[in-house]
Amino acid sequence: MTATSGPGFSLMVEGLSLAIMTETPLVIAYVMRAGPSTGIATKSGQYDVMQVRWAAHGNYEIVAYAPWSVQELYDLTIKSFNVSEALRVPVILLSDAALAHIWERVVIADPGEVIIINRKKPKVSKELYRPFEPEEDLVPPMACFGEGYKVLVESLTHDEKGYYKPSNEVQRKLVWRLVNKVRKNKDMLFDSASYFTEDAEYVVVAYGSTARSAYALVKDLRSSGIKIGLYRPKLLWPVDEEGLIKATYTAKKVFVVENNIGVYVNEVSRILKHREVISIPVIDIEVPTPDAIFEVMREWM
Amino acid sequence: MDVRHPLDRYLRTDRLPHIWCPGCGIGIAVSSLLRAIDRRVAEGLFTHDEVAAVSGIGCTARATFYLNFDSAHVIHGRAIPFAIGLKLVRPNLKVIVIGGDGDIAAIGGNHLLHAARRNVDLTVVMVNNMIYGMTGGQVAPTTPPNVYTTTTPSGNYEYAINIVKLLSALNVNYLARASVTHPHILERYLYTALGKEGLAFVEVISPCPEVFGRHIGYRDPVELFKKFKSMIKYEERPSLDKSDITLNLDKEVVIGEFVNSSRESFIKIIDRLGR
Ligand SMILES: Cc1ncc(C[n+]2csc(CCOP(=O)(O)OP(=O)(O)O)c2C)c(N)n1
Repeated sequence: MTATSGPGFSLMVEGLSLAIMTETPLVIAYVMRAGPSTGIATKSGQYDVMQVRWAAHGNYEIVAYAPWSVQELYDLTIKSFNVSEALRVPVILLSDAALAHIWERVVIADPGEVIIINRKKPKVSKELYRPFEPEEDLVPPMACFGEGYKVLVESLTHDEKGYYKPSNEVQRKLVWRLVNKVRKNKDMLFDSASYFTEDAEYVVVAYGSTARSAYALVKDLRSSGIKIGLYRPKLLWPVDEEGLIKATYTAKKVFVVENNIGVYVNEVSRILKHREVISIPVIDIEVPTPDAIFEVMREWM
Repeated sequence: MDVRHPLDRYLRTDRLPHIWCPGCGIGIAVSSLLRAIDRRVAEGLFTHDEVAAVSGIGCTARATFYLNFDSAHVIHGRAIPFAIGLKLVRPNLKVIVIGGDGDIAAIGGNHLLHAARRNVDLTVVMVNNMIYGMTGGQVAPTTPPNVYTTTTPSGNYEYAINIVKLLSALNVNYLARASVTHPHILERYLYTALGKEGLAFVEVISPCPEVFGRHIGYRDPVELFKKFKSMIKYEERPSLDKSDITLNLDKEVVIGEFVNSSRESFIKIIDRLGR
């Protein structure tokens, strides 16, 4: 595990790419701050949602979670470790400066209560072991250095032994496996919360610290009789498309509220093609207030 | 009859032949390293399973293609940080880093500095062919002044880095320069390096006829090898003042052991202070 914010993450990206290629379990706690560049240290924002998806070169799937509270930071940290170990992928825990500075009550589970998933170990002899030979779930069992397996960790395009093979056949097979091992196991990744969405005419989509204000606003509007709900994806990448479709099923309009210029909204529009999707970008170096969000949203309601 | 070389057990023989050009010195560097490892394994200092090899990118870095140890062929310049991580998690392993001068001293230079400052328990072998070999002969920080390269068509404007002087200012426990033209000395230094705690660094002067030789007018491997051999001067304990490499025919390239000390190593310090 490592922890950083934007400037550090930008530097770490080549290592992230290596981790994807070598299928190294890795959790990165990414505490977003105002950018670009050094921006405003210790101040917040949600600018880097697309960066964590596409920062590394090459094609791949990556996993990112967006917690909205200290409790969820704790819970999703455990989940991030489990996912990264099970699928041998980097997982980004995408927090922000606002969350990082909050003090909240947290329930810490007893060690026995926590489900812990560890990487699969080889089941074959040392002579037969091939470090990138996947099992049915497309994930290869992982031997570690010093166990006698003569593992070869390879950053170049490699076959199941880890041997460099510059061919279409091996490149296609490897890239598709790196992608599909996440896509085919997506059920273990999903995590989201919906509030008042069953009969909602308007649905707000918001994640991370901004969702706290969105939730307050939705509750206020509900109590004044407006049929509005909130869908809060905790899993940002890969996108839980079905979850989003289900939560917005009754909505006439979908608002995507983000503390940035409106970036995740493009994903939402792509998935909800036939629905009116409206971007509500509210840049605030703290957390956008419910009032500030409503001010932008109001003209569409 | 199945004739096997005694060092074959340390090689992924199914991957041979290797990619190195005829006349390249990397093969001599690697075989010297394997002989040194074999002697240490025979002595019981570590086992075959306890050796790990890490490399970045470059012709030299390709060594991990062929080494039959737990090995990692990672990204350009980052072999040392990978190796430090490995050593911290598995301190019982003998972690060897092998790479070119570009990989270790240019893009990886900052990692080298701090590994040396910390005296991390690694054996670092830097094959210095004074050029970026793999990518076709671009200037390296080790390229001597004035030399023509593909990125210095008017000649190299820069002074070369003297890695021996640089590392001598830090906390390395072992610092030697060898040359593939003198493999018995090279093997002895690698053997000594493998026995050290803390950072042990061996610079290996190595001819690259294909690109470097071509640039300096020595395209013929034998001619380049002879030139290198004639320039090399062995001294048991040379002074640092003699460590610059200029490539003037009348100037020598001094090989020898520049530093051999026993400062408390990184892992020992961690053991003492507690994790
Ligand atoms: C970040 C990055 N920059 C550049 C390259 C291209 N590249 C591959 S090998 C190399 C230089 C290798 O030179 P050196 O380390 O001296 O090794 P040699 O091939 O001479 O043994 C470069 C620049 C790369 N792979 N990655």
